[in-house]
Amino acid sequence: MPLLTDWVKKAIEPEPSSQQRNCRLPEAGERDEDELLAVRNLSVNVKSSSRPVIEGIDLTVGRGEIVGIVGESGCGKSVLSLSIMGLLPSALKLGGGELRLNGQSLHQASQRQIRSMRGKHMSMIFQDPMTSLNPTLTIGEQLTESLRLHLKLGGREARERAVLWLRRTGLPRPEAILSSYPHQLSGGMRQRVMIAIALCCEPELLIADEPTTALDVTIQAQILDVLFRIREEEQTSILFISHDLGVIAELCDRVAVMYAGQIVEQGTVEELFESPQHPYTIGLMKSIPKPEKKGMRLYAIPGTVPSLHDRGEGCRFQSRCAHAAAICLDAMPALEHRGGSHAVRCFLASGERREMDV
Amino acid sequence: MESKSTLTMRLGLAIIALLGTMAAVSLLYVPYDVNEMNIAGRLQSPGALHWFGTDNFGRDIFSRVMEASKTAFLVGAVAVTIGLVAGFIIGATAGYLGGWTDEVLMRMIDALLAFPGILLALILVTVFEPNLFQTMIAIGVLSVPNFARVIRSGFFQYKEAEFVVAARGLGASHATVILRHVMPHIVSPIIVAASLSFSTAILVEAALSYLGLGVQPPDPSWGRMLSESQSYIGKAPWFALAPGVFIALTVLGFNLLGDGLRDLRDKKT
Amino acid sequence: MYWARKSFTLLLTLAFVLLLTFFAFRIIPGNPASAILGMEASQEQISELEQKLGIEGPLHLQFFRWAGGVIQLDFGHSIRFSEPVLSLIASRLPVTLSLAAMSLAITLLVALPLGIAAARARGRFADLFISLTSQLGLAIPSFWMGIVLILVFGLTLKWFTVSTFVPWSENAWLALKSLTLPAIALAVPQIAIVVRYLRTTMLEQMNEDYVRTAKSKGLSNANVYYKHVLRNALIPVVTVVGINFGEILAGSLVIEGVFTLPGMGRLLMTAIGNRDYPLVQGMVLLIAFTVIIINFVVDLSYRWLDPKIRLK
Repeated sequence: MPLLTDWVKKAIEPEPSSQQRNCRLPEAGERDEDELLAVRNLSVNVKSSSRPVIEGIDLTVGRGEIVGIVGESGCGKSVLSLSIMGLLPSALKLGGGELRLNGQSLHQASQRQIRSMRGKHMSMIFQDPMTSLNPTLTIGEQLTESLRLHLKLGGREARERAVLWLRRTGLPRPEAILSSYPHQLSGGMRQRVMIAIALCCEPELLIADEPTTALDVTIQAQILDVLFRIREEEQTSILFISHDLGVIAELCDRVAVMYAGQIVEQGTVEELFESPQHPYTIGLMKSIPKPEKKGMRLYAIPGTVPSLHDRGEGCRFQSRCAHAAAICLDAMPALEHRGGSHAVRCFLASGERREMDV
Repeated sequence: MESKSTLTMRLGLAIIALLGTMAAVSLLYVPYDVNEMNIAGRLQSPGALHWFGTDNFGRDIFSRVMEASKTAFLVGAVAVTIGLVAGFIIGATAGYLGGWTDEVLMRMIDALLAFPGILLALILVTVFEPNLFQTMIAIGVLSVPNFARVIRSGFFQYKEAEFVVAARGLGASHATVILRHVMPHIVSPIIVAASLSFSTAILVEAALSYLGLGVQPPDPSWGRMLSESQSYIGKAPWFALAPGVFIALTVLGFNLLGDGLRDLRDKKT
Repeated sequence: MYWARKSFTLLLTLAFVLLLTFFAFRIIPGNPASAILGMEASQEQISELEQKLGIEGPLHLQFFRWAGGVIQLDFGHSIRFSEPVLSLIASRLPVTLSLAAMSLAITLLVALPLGIAAARARGRFADLFISLTSQLGLAIPSFWMGIVLILVFGLTLKWFTVSTFVPWSENAWLALKSLTLPAIALAVPQIAIVVRYLRTTMLEQMNEDYVRTAKSKGLSNANVYYKHVLRNALIPVVTVVGINFGEILAGSLVIEGVFTLPGMGRLLMTAIGNRDYPLVQGMVLLIAFTVIIINFVVDLSYRWLDPKIRLK
């Protein structure tokens, strides 16, 4: 598969232009032309207790860029993506901070305004393609309804465009698929359908929430291939959420690592993979299985993520950190620049961590 | 939302307690003799002397409604007991043994269910003489399928459960397994079923008595009071209102209790 | 395999109903013929009636003779009316069936919007109000509802004339009018059942992932509810409507008495009053068979409505 190897290479050595474009962390209130999605100091709270589930999130997605968010389950990465889409579950609500798409505030937008942007300017694919499609409607019905809504296409035009998009996601016999029901398709085919639904109105931003987690490995690679190809063709920006660092390394331009509701480290893929600085990032990387370590025990970060109620004053990772010092218990480190676009939320100097094996 | 199901349950209990008290009091005291006729004072509208007015024979409607509540509770209690005992035997056998026994017993239950509620009761009272006793048996038979199904599915669910298999492995007898290990888990669905069956029993008794095929005079019944009232509906609407309101209240009480209990149980699991 | 099993179950249930209906009328204490004729009847009269009732000879032969007749649609002769049971039933059926159909239509017309509204207003006032009202609807006996409707709409407001049924062939409008109140009385508890059930299934469906997908497309709330959620929520409701039909049929037996409609219910009461066993037996059997077959058809349509099962 030449294309696959192509983009793996590309992911490992990204084009200099994209690297340059994103080499710094934008300041609050700043807006540049390349910026598509801007998240500034965002928090999402539990409605009943006002406890923040995620807080202080700063994130930028440029045009045509793929940004990865990585973290264990429960770190708040899905909450972040749902808050951008305005689809937070009823128990949660947006707290402070800013959310902007194309310079337009999503935070202050009415339900109606957000609805008109959903599907047209931003769309989302979900983890489980088995349950994310309506079992009682045909694929064609589910695919054409957003075309009819957002692009005001008539029946035939919508159908033609739907066929086109199904073909673009690599589905064979798209005409037959239009009249079939979700349960007649395999998991991989359904996820391709989901991608077609999400992209058929050509949104600027696609949020992919663990789109390959529920699929088996060969299908995973195919789905990633589809996403990568469409980014190349359409310049669609992708916010790619995953717990799999390997997938992130292959696909993304930049990465943010989330832990317990905060971003703990972010930077370009090179910066992060060549010199990870936060102990959590280092731990995540050590836990990736590698062929040369065959036969050895797989590394696992000791302990578990603190629950919403156990988050203390200090660094959220300190309870699991081998390097925790007194200060880590008392104060919360800030997300600080470490050269380039690299930023880390940790008190320990980067030099001290060099000896650790990655 | 937990408070809502608790509230529903409490409201149901309160209504049942109120009506139950009324039925209990009627054992000792009613304001007027329920069969004392007074032709001069017939069809009086509600007032200080006769709270709910009087009927076509001048009898006090309030006293008769009180007496009839005793009948309603008696029919409900006996019918539910019959349904529970028979339903338990059938349901437990089917659920515990499974296989062909289960298949045959459940088809019999399906056949019973094919007769819409009141029709089954009608057959039974046609075959026998309609009276209080037959009515209770007929309504009891009617509630068997409901109990049998609930108990069978409980047994099905728990007979393969680890603690049951373990108990069996330790040499416990069938009776011990059923009583000590399976029963505690299916008590609450049975209580819910009993509460809902009670309200059905009261509705069916009222309908049968309304048709003249249920409780016979001199035993008073809400349903028969309604059929007596119908000829005077234009002249004395209160005559028809009181028994109807009491039927509805009783049924409401047991339904609320059953629903509240079921919601509470669903929340736990 | 599924159909083989399903058809077998259907036949077994029908057979049990046949047995039950037969033996229910054989456990009458004493000789049914002498029970009908009374003490003064002569032996000749009794054996003549026994023959007419088909109750001479051994029990199992009686059963097979009777069941054989039923299969050929011969339900025997009514004692009271000296007419075939089937033709008596056929003459009364249109009234009962149109009453049941009308009541079912009213049930669906009222219950579907109310159930959706309750689910959409979950936890708010409208939801609470609808839930409370449906509890009341469940508690009110339909024959009392009928009496109250007569009092309010017949006697007080005089919108409907009570107790005069006009056959469809004579004047369809008046026939419809005379069936309206009883149909409403029958529908009230069924509306309550459907509303409660639909509300629950709607709320269950709203937690499904596909709802989130539909919202992520930017569809309006109404579109999400009516197109995506309702479609899935209605499938299980179909089963309930099947059961409703049986209940409505049974309820109409009573309500016909309240409104003096010349349907099956009145015929059944007359038959019971006259101890006309062949007639009672025939009607009971026919109603039970109807209910079983309707539930079978509902089961079919349930499987047809759900593409997951249909296309397997």
